[in-house]
Amino acid sequence: MIYELEFERPITDLRNKIKELKTITKDADVDLTVEIATLENRLEKLEVDIYDHLKPWDRVQIARHPARPTTLDYIPLLFNDFIEFHGDRYYGDDEAIVAGIAQFNGRAVTVIGHQRGKDTKENIRRNFGMPHPEGYRKALRLMKQAEKFNRPIICFIDTKGAFPGKAAEERGQSEAIAKNLFEMAGLKVPIISIVIGEGGSGGALALGVGDRIFMLENSTYSVISPEGAAALLWKDASQAKRAAETMKITAPDLNRLGVIDEIIPEVKGGAHRNANAQAEAIKEILKRSFNELLPLNGEDLINQRYMKFKKIGEYEFANQPKEAKQHS
Amino acid sequence: MLKELFAKSKKKYATVPLDREKQDVPEGIMTKCPGCKKIMYTKELLKNKKVCLHCGFHHSMSSHERIECLFDSGSFKEFDKEMISVNPLEFPDYLDKLEKDKKKAKINEAVVTGLGSINGYQVSTAIMDSNFRMGSMGSVVGEKITRAIERAGELKIPFIIFTASGGARMQEGVLSLMQMAKTSAALKMFSNEGGLIVSMMTHPTTGGVSASFASLGDINLAEPGALIGFAGRRIIEQTIHEELPEDFQTAEFLMKHGQLDAVVKRTELKETLTTILKIHAPGGEWS
Repeated sequence: MIYELEFERPITDLRNKIKELKTITKDADVDLTVEIATLENRLEKLEVDIYDHLKPWDRVQIARHPARPTTLDYIPLLFNDFIEFHGDRYYGDDEAIVAGIAQFNGRAVTVIGHQRGKDTKENIRRNFGMPHPEGYRKALRLMKQAEKFNRPIICFIDTKGAFPGKAAEERGQSEAIAKNLFEMAGLKVPIISIVIGEGGSGGALALGVGDRIFMLENSTYSVISPEGAAALLWKDASQAKRAAETMKITAPDLNRLGVIDEIIPEVKGGAHRNANAQAEAIKEILKRSFNELLPLNGEDLINQRYMKFKKIGEYEFANQPKEAKQHS
Repeated sequence: MLKELFAKSKKKYATVPLDREKQDVPEGIMTKCPGCKKIMYTKELLKNKKVCLHCGFHHSMSSHERIECLFDSGSFKEFDKEMISVNPLEFPDYLDKLEKDKKKAKINEAVVTGLGSINGYQVSTAIMDSNFRMGSMGSVVGEKITRAIERAGELKIPFIIFTASGGARMQEGVLSLMQMAKTSAALKMFSNEGGLIVSMMTHPTTGGVSASFASLGDINLAEPGALIGFAGRRIIEQTIHEELPEDFQTAEFLMKHGQLDAVVKRTELKETLTTILKIHAPGGEWS
């Protein structure tokens, strides 16, 4: 049984009540069919009401749901013949990032993604999906390999952020992230990045300099976690809910700000309710993106990628009328 | 009697100087060094590029002070001076805070960009200023730096960046984050054309700025004692439950861990940069 999120409680309560009435109808000699029908009707409305009007904080909860499909859940549903490759060749193998080669629709691809654990034991091994520099360097090594063999790259973004630790700083966390941004901008093969869960700050962006950037409907992408923002802005981490709204971190927000290309709709209630159906939706958008990107040569890809990022941001000129305001 | 006499000379209480008395240094004329606590003439400090005459502590510098002490007199030409921030997330109080800093720091944003000469070598430059919103990077900072890099490419001259920033600007949310990608991509395009990138990290260079252009120089330099790092010290201590060494995330610490080419004193910077520019000047390469 998938555990229920707080905002879903009214749905659960109603569902339980219907179940109860059904048992009573069956066991006792009372006919409650009319009442049940009314409640079922109300349930349907309630579901629409809740799932179609998710608040930012609700989406944060879905994005963090322990059962939400991860990179390794999607890989077998989307690709054939996946082989995982390990190590950055300098220091170690960071299991917070998985990477390897596979086939998509009969064509070779390189797949890279953040990987969090499903239970405590795996989370410790994978450092809760928060990479060290060697994780980013492994990703870059395999991106360069993809470029050599002319394979498109697919990146799955799902991290709270790069790991804030002593060893990470000593080994150059900043440099590792920066180098990925820099090198991804110059890769001659198509790059598609999809935010599947949490997209936390530079640690997420280090897999995000793509020709296409998509977000699952209930994923988030932000410069800082809602808790971090609350602590910083209001010196109170418990204001995270408010920060989630103020910081504009949901897929619809990012779409409005012109940062992402498209939102990938999720199955009702979130991707964790049906990973297969979710993978199908991702597959469709990958196919479409490849059709658009594969005809472009390396130089065109690089130029278009640059222009894509170049136009992100809003500003104006003090000495010019308001119309000069730049919109992304 | 005798006892009393001695007791009298002993203070029965401690005097706690008022905060104001503590820094009782005439405003402007004298400056107290936060490094060695010694007091010196501001004029002499300025003459020494705001490096303490006693302990070598590097006092923080505004963008204009930096221009003044590094570029050939009268050679600096500023660009995009009038580019200002808007409030894309409609973040509460953001515009007020910007207005306050514009008055306080006397600049329109947290970076000043332009063209200038160092001992005759022309460069395109971006100089961040921590007096404005902690030097944080929002859309304007990202765009001005990107334009300065593009200008370097068009003119085929080196690009030198002076970083001083707490990281991405919270109030512009994910748009700030994306400036990391934008500036890094601009550097990649410039680098592909053979352009020289020098990054000079000054106090502080952290977060999204450290994890983008600050670390992407062909040559990465830093001022002595500068704080440079990705994550904040407090966050790291809370995460790993471990006390960090005192020199953690200083320029010297980074140097020791192989993250920097050199730590360069401000008093020697012009000379160092001149040498670097001379060695990279057209005509010096092997054909």
